[in-house]
Amino acid sequence: MKITVKLFATLRIGRFKQEDRDYPDGFTCQQIAEDLGIKVDELGIVLVNGHHASVDHVLSDGDALSFLALVGGG
Amino acid sequence: MKKILRINMKTQKAVSELADQSLELFGGRGLIAKILHQEVDAATDPLGPENKLIVCPGLFADTSAPCSGRISVGGKSPLTRTIKESNSGGTMAKRMAALNLHGLILEDHPAQDEWFVLLIDDSGVEFLPAAPFLGMNNYQLSEELRKSLGSDISIASIGLAGERGYLNSSIQFTDLDGHPSRAAARGGLGALMGSKKVKAIVFKDTKKSDWNYADKEEFLSSNRAYVKAIMAHPFSGKGLPALGTALLVNVTNEMGILPTHNFSRGRWEHAEDISGERIAELQAKRGGNMTHICHRGCVIKCSQVYNDEDGKYLTSGFEYETIGLFGSNCGIRDIDVIARLDKLCDDLGVDTMDAACAISMCMEAGMIEFGDAEGALQLAQQMVEGTELGRILGNGTLATGKHLGVKRIPTVKGQAMAAYDPRGLKGLGVTYATSPMGADHTAGNSIGEHSVAGTCKDGQVELSKNLQVAMTLFDNLGLCIFAGICCDDPANLEHLVRMAAGKFGGNWDLNRLMGIGVQTLILEKQFNKMAGFTDADDRLPEFMYSEVLESVDTTFDISDEDLAQTLYFGGS
Repeated sequence: MKITVKLFATLRIGRFKQEDRDYPDGFTCQQIAEDLGIKVDELGIVLVNGHHASVDHVLSDGDALSFLALVGGG
Repeated sequence: MKKILRINMKTQKAVSELADQSLELFGGRGLIAKILHQEVDAATDPLGPENKLIVCPGLFADTSAPCSGRISVGGKSPLTRTIKESNSGGTMAKRMAALNLHGLILEDHPAQDEWFVLLIDDSGVEFLPAAPFLGMNNYQLSEELRKSLGSDISIASIGLAGERGYLNSSIQFTDLDGHPSRAAARGGLGALMGSKKVKAIVFKDTKKSDWNYADKEEFLSSNRAYVKAIMAHPFSGKGLPALGTALLVNVTNEMGILPTHNFSRGRWEHAEDISGERIAELQAKRGGNMTHICHRGCVIKCSQVYNDEDGKYLTSGFEYETIGLFGSNCGIRDIDVIARLDKLCDDLGVDTMDAACAISMCMEAGMIEFGDAEGALQLAQQMVEGTELGRILGNGTLATGKHLGVKRIPTVKGQAMAAYDPRGLKGLGVTYATSPMGADHTAGNSIGEHSVAGTCKDGQVELSKNLQVAMTLFDNLGLCIFAGICCDDPANLEHLVRMAAGKFGGNWDLNRLMGIGVQTLILEKQFNKMAGFTDADDRLPEFMYSEVLESVDTTFDISDEDLAQTLYFGGS
């Protein structure tokens, strides 16, 4: 399936801003993070098609997946 | 034993007194709440002689704790008329700690229209005539003060805004380079300082780092572990030093909560233009510095030096809030214009957040278009010149919005919201509504919480409460709130408990530590109640409840009953 992956803040360093990538059907957000070498403890909010999702959410073809680095406010 | 320095502006006498033992565990924000509670009638006129301006380092200022050089300033707020604590970086907290000062209290007004610069060192307080410095804004003022008093000084000062009594006036603190770029920005405390005819407070020469501890080894070993935790956290150890707080622009934009065109949208097509990534790219070419410390003892280094197109210093301490509220929220794409507005605000001595939202009120009212950078600069310049409109703008967002008949005014208790739309970050919305400070993102920001969606209604009251207690604790300790991000792992809080035990002695556990935050919030709420505030003031503006924010497809829908539970500590 095709997934548009968008990365934010420090997760972009050494990776990319946005890419369309192919993954096997049934892949979860966490499996894609692992594929990109992103550790779960670096990961803040995960959005699928703009909506909050858990790391074990199963993706569908054509989804837009956003990984936001762990942040804090101030 | 620590001392409290009372400076009476009517008699021009200063008295150094021993701090009562009962104040030992009140620092920074907590000490301000305690003193105001004991000494100031909550109903008093914020700019009258009975109000007091209090300046305090935190409980860990006289330790080697990381990021422990924040300075708290407080009084009854001229802007919100609530209790107010606003804290800043800079170099003053450590100098006050070196003088063993728990706090400084400015009292009363001079009988004559006579202004002073207060020069403080271990020999006492000198009341210097401020006449040569009147009419100066903060950058020129800090230079002239260094010429006249020596280069090794820490300055807290007001610009023309504070002299004129603008309700949105800040107090600016010099950073390690001597630039007055750090601000106790919120709540108009610069006007309070101006009402006491104090142009600047200057601390001279004192430095010290051999602090006293009840159990030095316990403190230092826990401290080492805590520093390690801060640096191991992806945000405080990696994200902030690389991109500063501006890294949040792309994050909040993706979340759909980046305020755009006066909180009418949550995403902006030009967000990349004002992002931390964009700033880092520009500053790499211009010789700026993205990794800069805002106060002595900082290990995170999220401040920066922002150079202009010619590679010359333009501003520093250029934060996400300023960028979001002048940027997307006013529709200004040019990051250099936003940096110039930041500099203008620091120089004049006004809070950038309330100034930016005041300008967005002019846009909402149709005086200038959203996106009109030149128009925004001209309006800001009017604040400097002191035209009639400039003085209204200087009184902040609510005053400007009301003057122009604007319906959608993004304030709580008269203070502008920060650059997070509360409809998509409801935990922070609860904080905006219920913090005794008015809308204040530093009082408990839920953006780091990734297990609960910010758009979801459930769990937000509990989340805001826990964050507000923790942030109030940090404001007592005098620690930067970014030094607390690693406490998302509770094991790291245990290091702080051990540090408190190592510093103060006695039995400490998490409840006792968090109790410092709770006792402060209770005092603050009581002060506001005596000042006439009720639960009905703990609300977001009406449009947040009635207008759906399209990017997150929801309104702010936390009930009044739930809001009333947020800071309810049993009878408070």
